[in-house]
Amino acid sequence: MKVSMEWLHKLVDVNQTAEELAETLTRGGIEVESVENLNKGFEKVVIGEISSLTKHPNADRLWVCDVNVGQKNVTIVTGAQNLQAGDRIPVAMIGAVLPNDLAIRKSKLRGVVSEGMLCSREELLLDASVGLDRSEGGILVLAAEAPIGENFGKYLGREDSVLDLELYPNRPDCLAMVNVAREVASLTGKQPHLPKWADTAKGLDLPAAENLKIIIEEEELCRRYAGLVVENVHIAPSPEWMQRRLKAAGVRPISNIVDITNYCMLEMGQPLHAFDRDKITGNIHVRSAKAGEKIVTLDGVERSLQADTLLIADDRQALAVAGVMGGVDSEVTGDTKCLLIESAHFAGVSIRRTSRRLGLRSEASNRYEKGVNPYGCVATLGRVCELLLELGAGRPVAFLDELKTLPLQRQITLSVQHTSTVLGLELKDSDIRQVLENLNFKYEEMEGIFDVEIPTYRADLEIEEDLMEEVARLRGYDLIPTTLPQGDTTQGRRTPEQEFRRRLRKVLVQSGMDEVMTYTFTGAAKDAQWGSAQHSISLLNPLREELSVMRTSLVPGLLEVAAKNTARRNTEISIFEVGTTYWGDEKPLRELPREVLRVAGVAVGKSGRHWLNSQTQYDFFYVKGILEEIAREFGLKFDYRMSENRPRLHPGRSADVYLHNECIGFLGEIHPSEEKEWALERAVLFELDLGVLFKHMRPIVRAQSIPRFPAINRDLAVVVPIDTSAAAVMTKIHKLGGELLQNVELFDVYTGKSIPEGRKSLAFSLHYQSLERTLTDEEVNILNSRILEGIQQEFDAEWRK
Amino acid sequence: MERMVVLKKEILRIGEEALHELQQLNNSEALQELKVKVLGKKGSLTALLRQMGSLGPEERPMMGQVVNEMRSRLEKAWEERSAELEVIALEKRLAAERIDISLPGSRVASGHYHPLTQVVEEIEDIFLGMGFQIAEGPEIESDYYNFEALNLPKDHPAREMQDSFYITEEILLRTQTSPVQIRTMEKLHPHLPVKVIAPGTVYRNDDDATHSPMFHQVEGLMVDQGIRMSDLKGILLNFSRQMFGESREIRLRPSFFPFTEPSAEVDVSCMLCGGAGCRLCKGTGWIEILGSGMVHPKVLEMGGYNPKEVTGFAFGMGVERIAMLKFGIEDMRLLFDNDLRFLQQF
Ligand SMILES: [Zn+2]
Repeated sequence: MKVSMEWLHKLVDVNQTAEELAETLTRGGIEVESVENLNKGFEKVVIGEISSLTKHPNADRLWVCDVNVGQKNVTIVTGAQNLQAGDRIPVAMIGAVLPNDLAIRKSKLRGVVSEGMLCSREELLLDASVGLDRSEGGILVLAAEAPIGENFGKYLGREDSVLDLELYPNRPDCLAMVNVAREVASLTGKQPHLPKWADTAKGLDLPAAENLKIIIEEEELCRRYAGLVVENVHIAPSPEWMQRRLKAAGVRPISNIVDITNYCMLEMGQPLHAFDRDKITGNIHVRSAKAGEKIVTLDGVERSLQADTLLIADDRQALAVAGVMGGVDSEVTGDTKCLLIESAHFAGVSIRRTSRRLGLRSEASNRYEKGVNPYGCVATLGRVCELLLELGAGRPVAFLDELKTLPLQRQITLSVQHTSTVLGLELKDSDIRQVLENLNFKYEEMEGIFDVEIPTYRADLEIEEDLMEEVARLRGYDLIPTTLPQGDTTQGRRTPEQEFRRRLRKVLVQSGMDEVMTYTFTGAAKDAQWGSAQHSISLLNPLREELSVMRTSLVPGLLEVAAKNTARRNTEISIFEVGTTYWGDEKPLRELPREVLRVAGVAVGKSGRHWLNSQTQYDFFYVKGILEEIAREFGLKFDYRMSENRPRLHPGRSADVYLHNECIGFLGEIHPSEEKEWALERAVLFELDLGVLFKHMRPIVRAQSIPRFPAINRDLAVVVPIDTSAAAVMTKIHKLGGELLQNVELFDVYTGKSIPEGRKSLAFSLHYQSLERTLTDEEVNILNSRILEGIQQEFDAEWRK
Repeated sequence: MERMVVLKKEILRIGEEALHELQQLNNSEALQELKVKVLGKKGSLTALLRQMGSLGPEERPMMGQVVNEMRSRLEKAWEERSAELEVIALEKRLAAERIDISLPGSRVASGHYHPLTQVVEEIEDIFLGMGFQIAEGPEIESDYYNFEALNLPKDHPAREMQDSFYITEEILLRTQTSPVQIRTMEKLHPHLPVKVIAPGTVYRNDDDATHSPMFHQVEGLMVDQGIRMSDLKGILLNFSRQMFGESREIRLRPSFFPFTEPSAEVDVSCMLCGGAGCRLCKGTGWIEILGSGMVHPKVLEMGGYNPKEVTGFAFGMGVERIAMLKFGIEDMRLLFDNDLRFLQQF
């Protein structure tokens, strides 16, 4: 809502500047988004008269003008050739910054000092409607009666500021100037002086129309339809003051009749529409469109209407799309002699639906959508009558008011005590009285209980708490003290699952991975590659195709991040995300889908070069090391099995990850055939389901005592066939070693010189320990031999001395 | 007597020689060797001592004294020399072990938390400290929880404030974390107090320089007997000071949310200029950080509480906005761009 300060001044006493008022309104809950100074660029432009002009002594094409600017004369040099003595022209004084951003300074032109600049239309961004014809191509020459010395913006009627209100949905009342004035009055403690029609509920002093009836067929969508019949219509331009206010409000002036309807809408908040009475056949029907019905709207477009579109029609045809746009067949033209002016109340839901569907939004439809006061229909027509007569635009002769059930007028009971308690602000009865007086609300008062009559234009006030907000905002939110809740103290702590996710992130960050955050929606094709197309959930209205399904895997998002970083030459990429995946079990969804938490990571490239450390290649084992770190953190042991059925992973370099015999995810190198699509070489990735992990995590560490007896370490190297699983050998060693074998580490894997083709050497470090006694070399030797024999038998292994 | 003179001379000779020699030695092993050679069981001085048997009884004590004196002289000299050598050896070692301390330290391969994670955790910790629990709810929500139970019936004009991503007519991506208010109350009622924050991902159909279609919020809800709007102010002042600095002030401005009444927008005094006015606060000295209000009676009812018996407050803040203010991030899109050069700063 654009509010002209000039207009506002007519409706309420304001002793604040536009900027100050903007602050007052914003602090009072009516947010002012911007303050526009319409005179911008004209602040230092005044009207001057050329007293004399002489040729420049040193330049043929220049003139030296002596210009009367009111209080004094100034010398200005110009190159324009369209001037003569006595011309009144706009003069940009020194210090002016023109609308085209040109700054005017004192200057010397070929030895003559120029104290300003004479302006052209172009420099002032004006069109040909301003000034005399001979202004074309030269300096703008004004009419002879332009007042010398007057600010040029004032002369153009631009000396005004416009506040742009950003209204919350609960305050559609402020789409009317009278209600903005009321709001300003309440917040500043002033009295508004509104047109008498703003405060009256009585009808018009006119006879009922003959030969014209209003028939409301859709009672739910139209609560009230009032009409004013106007004769002796004389179409002409509206007066300058009205045009100026319309323009300030962002409405284009058209003709006196259209302008009056727009002006009254802006002032009173009630949309109006004028029909050519003589083009109406029979009665007015407020009805729904029939299937296939068409109308040519005022913009000249023929529109096919859907069956639930609310129409204004006569006995023959549709005249207007209710609340949205009129039709050409009943349009007011220069020849119109008689009018029907509509002032109706339509349901916002219906208007919103129609205006969306037709792609038509107007000041009127906007007001209907947000809510119009049905009690204001007739009063607005009263105001229309006033202006018609004032402007000599026509003579109101008859009036109609077809009315269905209107919402009840509200009364709210406000308790001073309750309000004090809820706000935490000590209030006296007199404080409440003061607020209600400022609001101009009627009330009755009894021992701290106020029965407040809510004016019909404040439909947002429904319950006591709404009035509490009025009290708080008019008193000022700053008066509310700061306290802390009373009552028992409570203990805040994360749930085990929340703590689990935190620890998980911590392990990954400590392992050197960077956390990323990607969109949870992705492209259907990308998601299907790594997730489950069968379960993916599509959005009805995605922003674009690449963001159209909810992910069932975190991998595509991470690969995208990795690819983007690679393209930007960030070459050490080791990233992870802990995030949700979304699984629909039916199509279309009837129940909320499953939201499954996962962790995934991608590593590609190698760690940076460093003089001290060797570079780590981000490979399968780098990522596996991180997974083992996760397992260790939560006291778990993962089982890795060669993966089958992962066509996008390298078949020889990928594994399914198992926990307690349940597959919880995978890790592996991306399949070489996928590398091109992502422009990634040898990326290694993993993805794990967190639910199972959380279920099995060790809830708490149970401390173990430190052994009191010395341990014995033995190394054992064996040569085995190359495809033997090291983990299997290790498991066997553990089994053969029994209780005394506390730990086995694989510390070397070797193929090459001294190892036969097709075989590899595995070297283990075996850690023997008893908690009860000191072990002897003999018993360890026996155990070691037993282990070696067992392995030799099972794995076709040879002892490597 | 003559014998004694010879012996004494011999002792002095051996002693003086050893004293001279040990000054020439420059490692502790050679020093030890010399010590054994002179004073050891088979040492030269020890050998002389054995010859004392050939002396007369009255000569022996005198001779013993000579030997002992020489022995202690030698021992003292040995000690001194070996201390000297230790110092020399230490200095040599220190000189040899000198490094270029300007070389970069060895790599500690620690990664980085996403800045939004850091901010959410900080917000969580502040509210945990004030006794709030952390609640969660689904991102794919029903129309009922996302709107209706929050006093936003179908066709309410305020629904337009939020463009939603729909999955079906009744299921959508939640546009706010506020549905967790209802879910929490449903779960907890009639228990009091309800005191939770709900961090989470939310979605709006919007994508430009200042809006991301996916972003994060932290919702807060407290319901109990006698909760006042001044308590809301106190809790939020406490939060703002912990988050943005001890000298911050807050102010409330009237606002509108369908699920709170009265409602307030909360501004914090500018953390950059302290309130004097600067580019960050657009000259006002204040920065809007969150929306809040007293829980609407209808919402309390939807959650299973009787608005005649309890009151509550609620608030919601945008995590991205807090992160941008806290870290001085100027473009929100950086947060989801995931450029490692950006992420590794945090
Ligand atoms: Zn500032």
